[in-house]
Amino acid sequence: MANLLSRYGVWFGFALVLLVAPWVFTSNLSQTMLSQMGIAIIACLSYNLLLGQGGMLSFGHAVYSGMGSYFAIHALNAIGQGHLALPVSVLPLVGGLAGMGFAILLGYVTTKKSGTTFSMITLGMAELVFAMSLMFSEFFGGEAGVSANRVVGEAFMGITFGPQRQVYYLIAFYTFVSVALLYALTQTPLGRMLNAVRDNPERVEFVGYNTQQVRYRAFIIAGFFAGIAGGLGAINFEIVTAEVVGPARSGAYLLFTFLGGATFFFGPILGGILMVLAFVLLSEITKAWLLYLGLVFLFMVVYAPGGLAGLIMMNLRIAKTGALKRLLPSYAGLAVAMGLMLAGAGALVEMIYHLQLNAANGPELPFAGWVLNTDRGSTWGVSLALLSVGLAVFETVRRRFALVWGDIQTEMAQAQPAKEAA
Amino acid sequence: MNAASYSLDIQGLTKQFGKTEIIRGVNLQVTAGERVAIIGPNGAGKSTLFNLISGRFAPSGGSIHLNGHRIDGCKPFEINRMGLSRSFQITNIFPKLSVFENLRCAVLWSLGHRYSCWSFLGNLKDANALAENWMQRIRLTSKRDTLAMNLTYAEQRALEIGITMAGGAEVVLLDEPTAGMNNSETERFIGLIKEVTHGKTLLAVEHDMGVVFGLADKIAVLVYGEIIAFDTPDKVRANARVQEAYLGSLPEDH
Repeated sequence: MANLLSRYGVWFGFALVLLVAPWVFTSNLSQTMLSQMGIAIIACLSYNLLLGQGGMLSFGHAVYSGMGSYFAIHALNAIGQGHLALPVSVLPLVGGLAGMGFAILLGYVTTKKSGTTFSMITLGMAELVFAMSLMFSEFFGGEAGVSANRVVGEAFMGITFGPQRQVYYLIAFYTFVSVALLYALTQTPLGRMLNAVRDNPERVEFVGYNTQQVRYRAFIIAGFFAGIAGGLGAINFEIVTAEVVGPARSGAYLLFTFLGGATFFFGPILGGILMVLAFVLLSEITKAWLLYLGLVFLFMVVYAPGGLAGLIMMNLRIAKTGALKRLLPSYAGLAVAMGLMLAGAGALVEMIYHLQLNAANGPELPFAGWVLNTDRGSTWGVSLALLSVGLAVFETVRRRFALVWGDIQTEMAQAQPAKEAA
Repeated sequence: MNAASYSLDIQGLTKQFGKTEIIRGVNLQVTAGERVAIIGPNGAGKSTLFNLISGRFAPSGGSIHLNGHRIDGCKPFEINRMGLSRSFQITNIFPKLSVFENLRCAVLWSLGHRYSCWSFLGNLKDANALAENWMQRIRLTSKRDTLAMNLTYAEQRALEIGITMAGGAEVVLLDEPTAGMNNSETERFIGLIKEVTHGKTLLAVEHDMGVVFGLADKIAVLVYGEIIAFDTPDKVRANARVQEAYLGSLPEDH
């Protein structure tokens, strides 16, 4: 039992979190967000099968999740009209098969190449499908999209999928199974050879593997799980519009998978959660949310290319050696610097947005408990000063941090052989 | 003799890059179990010859047969599946995978696990045992979980050989296996190579003459894209054309 727990403890924990989450966060908003998080987690993990596991930078992953959404919503309508006898709970599989079908079709061309050429072809495919979505309004529903009613068919043991909580549990079930399957995949010959193809495709060809086949198969699997996410989205929102296959959605998968951390399996799970927090909460707080998101992305690419998961894992490693307390002053300094920069830059951005969009409402706008006045030079001056001081503090602390960090890494590297010898 | 009786049979092989002809009609027949060293001055086309045999480049003309099967123009993985494996002059391993994972990747196809996504690596007893076995043979067991990029140069060279041999190919091409090693390392390494390539058909590009005479049954001398001598070490040493080539006074017309 203890053995079982240590081996599968993480999975029990994950299942438990999925089960109790809607009883902890009970508001309507949080239930919708939890549902969306499950969907985003599957989508980001399937994307990371390409990016993190296979080194394939795709700019068109939304094609597969989006086509999954469309096929699922049409199937849902067919069920409603009595043309199709399927329970609503298997609709995500319809989406999955659609995503897989398109991955088989388009991926055959896409995965013939790797690297930059691969990225370019995915971009072309994404544009192609998005353009088609505007041409074939019969299938894609034009501007209005395709809507459906998920409360169809016989209720099974009282489950109608009417209440959001029931939908949440359907999504949670698919999330758990998808995460488990995608993790299992990393432990199979195909999963390992996919890593090998990412690291050194040339050598892979000289140990008997066709790199193109490895990429193609991974692409098909990624398409399947993207389609599942899409199918769940169709059930959750009961409407599908052309933006689900659009370039912005593909970009979001890339951005949040990277923010979560592409180098660790659990990174995209964090990414999926972040995606929903940003799309639902951040967009409520400020109109300039995309700008902030872009800045955060920029910061991460430059300073923490391993994403959130990378940051967590590196600090955990240091914490194990007990050296983390040496970094704490720097972390405190970084937090102060970030706070200053955020206050300064935030005030500037909000004032500029206010001038552009809401100037008619007068010069005053609320900002984190204060009132900013776009007519007063002092407000601009103080904001600018905050930003400058913040930047200066950041640069100073960053240098110190880099020194301490470097020292700790060296010490850890030196401790390694000593341990091996012992 | 017909093609099938040789492990490797190369006839009239040519390769041009643009207008430059690098390989100019190479003929070479290697019988099973023979150990052949390929020597020649810099730029003679030794590495190109290996790239043609192993499928990295497609030849411009001529033919290559591996155990009677025609392989020129085949893809590297197809040639590898037919039983020919190669190592690289510049270390070519999986830098972000551990030593054990590197070797396991090298044995998966040959054990028939193909693109399997329904069996766990941890349960593949044959692949794990074989990878462990090769880790011992190349003396890297103590580095089992070290990432390949963190190995010393000599260890990486050993891993390079391990990856090449672990798939069980009967014909093995080693491209300057001792490149970049000092004398004592080279000596130890040659011992290792002899050990792990025992019984295999071996072709090795080598610069170190000590290594060449210690390792090879036969020596092929490649000069300006042609094999000017292919014989036992003693006879090659006595060959006038070879001496000329190695003294640096190549014949003006050849």
